[in-house]
Amino acid sequence: MRYLLRRVGFYLVALWASVTLNFIIPRLMPGDPAVAFLARMQGHNITQSQMDALRTLFGVQTNVPVWVQYGQYLNNLLHGNLGVSSSLFPETVTQIIGEHMPWTLGLVGIAVMISFALGTVIGIVIGWKRGSWLDSVLPPILTFLSAIPYFWMALALVYLLGLVLNWFPIGDGYDLYSTTPGLSLDFIASVVQHGILPVLTIVLAALASWVLPMRNTMITTLSEDYVLMAQAKGLSQKRVMFRYAARNAILPSITSFSMSLGLIVGGSLLTEMVFNYPGIGLTLFNAVGNNDYSLIEGSFLIIAIAVLAANFLSDILNAILDPRVRQGRS
Amino acid sequence: MQLTNAEISSENVMSKVKKQGQGIASLLTANPKATIGIGIVIFFVLMAIFAPVLTHFDPNAFSQDGSQPPSLTHLLGTTRKGEDVFAQLVYGARISLLVGFASAIGSTLLQVLFGLTSGYFGGVVDDILSVIINVFLVMPGLPLAIVVASFSPVKGSLIITLVLLFTTWSYGARVLRAQTQSLREREFVTASQASGETAFRIIFAEILPNEIALVVSNFVTTFTLTVLAEVALEFLGLGDFSQSSWGVMLFWAQGQQALMGGLWWWFIPPGLCIALLCAGLTFINFGIDELANPRLRHEKPPKAEEQKKAQEEKQEVMA
Repeated sequence: MRYLLRRVGFYLVALWASVTLNFIIPRLMPGDPAVAFLARMQGHNITQSQMDALRTLFGVQTNVPVWVQYGQYLNNLLHGNLGVSSSLFPETVTQIIGEHMPWTLGLVGIAVMISFALGTVIGIVIGWKRGSWLDSVLPPILTFLSAIPYFWMALALVYLLGLVLNWFPIGDGYDLYSTTPGLSLDFIASVVQHGILPVLTIVLAALASWVLPMRNTMITTLSEDYVLMAQAKGLSQKRVMFRYAARNAILPSITSFSMSLGLIVGGSLLTEMVFNYPGIGLTLFNAVGNNDYSLIEGSFLIIAIAVLAANFLSDILNAILDPRVRQGRS
Repeated sequence: MQLTNAEISSENVMSKVKKQGQGIASLLTANPKATIGIGIVIFFVLMAIFAPVLTHFDPNAFSQDGSQPPSLTHLLGTTRKGEDVFAQLVYGARISLLVGFASAIGSTLLQVLFGLTSGYFGGVVDDILSVIINVFLVMPGLPLAIVVASFSPVKGSLIITLVLLFTTWSYGARVLRAQTQSLREREFVTASQASGETAFRIIFAEILPNEIALVVSNFVTTFTLTVLAEVALEFLGLGDFSQSSWGVMLFWAQGQQALMGGLWWWFIPPGLCIALLCAGLTFINFGIDELANPRLRHEKPPKAEEQKKAQEEKQEVMA
């Protein structure tokens, strides 16, 4: 319990730090969203008070002291008010994030689950059969795969499987022309069809980071006395492999499972750019290009919160699985 | 790279080396993974250094021969605007290696500073530093890097280096902190404290040399990370376009639809170089891991007898 309270305290501090960083960075940088908005709308000849009103709307006020702005900013956050987007005017940031977040969560969630399950099983097997041809061939190949710049591999796959072979659609989250979002079979099929290639690229890139640590902890665990004991008792290979060795070796993998969920929410930015996938990463990237302060702050904040939540989840899981952590002896 | 690896190898298995009467040079070749990795990294370093010797083309000069496939004149063909791809590749190695290396060095210094200080002192110092380390650890790195790099008034390699430095140091710091906490309890530290050495000296002259393998391994991991992140940032259009680098090459290749136009010689080489370099770095780390963790080293499955022997050795060391 004390452990949990300490963690909650820490995540509150981390949350405050991300919120504050989120407030500071855009204000340290040059560029004015109100001016950018006017340029986009081709509006000229506006009065100073109109300009001020625009600035207030987009969350930059040059005539108010910074700490007052900070107070207002925190107050707005507490009320779930993230401001109005200047590039997608008049939509509010909360609306935009609400539209795009499910895409990222779905894509990343499925990709992480597949790569975790697949990678862990491969890791268990090659750790168990170390020295076999599979064990000597797979790790180098996987290492090379994970060393490839992700977006480069994704672009190459889009070209090969999407354009040359025409197996998969090359972009967007669903067919924009023939389907409309909703709970229809057509739409769901379209989403799945558009999701396969992005998921495939994430799984390929992430697989090594599951297989190799699992293989190594598996090998370390296999030299423990209780594994030798289990074999001496004459238990079946499968039982020793999964119930004795793998069960104890999987702890670090489970910890990094939830942490990587958060990491990939941030990292999905590249996936979404390559596939023009309508998730939160693409939103952030477009917002940066458009000088859209409120939207940048909003998307970054939601990504940061997702990462914090995933880490918190990993702490709780760890406490449940490992009694040493729970009793605060670490 | 070669030097540092020799250093850690010697640190880590010094006793073993002496026992087997091997020289340090043979240690580098003793682990095939590390040898391959070091070879690859040296190859790219030489390529970057001798770029002017390898090609007489200016990487940024446009010419009339646009979109040429590889030939004897243009070893890797030309871009749409007629720049020589091979020249861009060898000169690009300079920026890519330099930015990755500089930010990895800076990041490693921060790791050592934060990790060792908080691990050694404990108490309030540790509490405060730990919170800082952990806050940086849970910050989403790439989005933060993009936000900072794109807002920054100056674009280019310097800002990318700084951004990468500050977004990559926390994990290594946490690892070093844990290691320092356990080393702090050893006799040699207590002895130094008793003989009145300053905390500064104990941390950097007594404890640091004992975890240099970990520091080097962290550095190599960080280097891999910074090379990949640098390429990603440049690909997103946040790089310096006046200098050729692997990420900027990919930015233009994608922006001008190299693949769609069939100009594969423009798109494939930079990606392959990055993949090779990072795989080489990862192999070096595998080598370090295997040197440091004997259980991973044996190629054959451990037999009961060997295990027993290892156990006895372990007990000997403990006693």
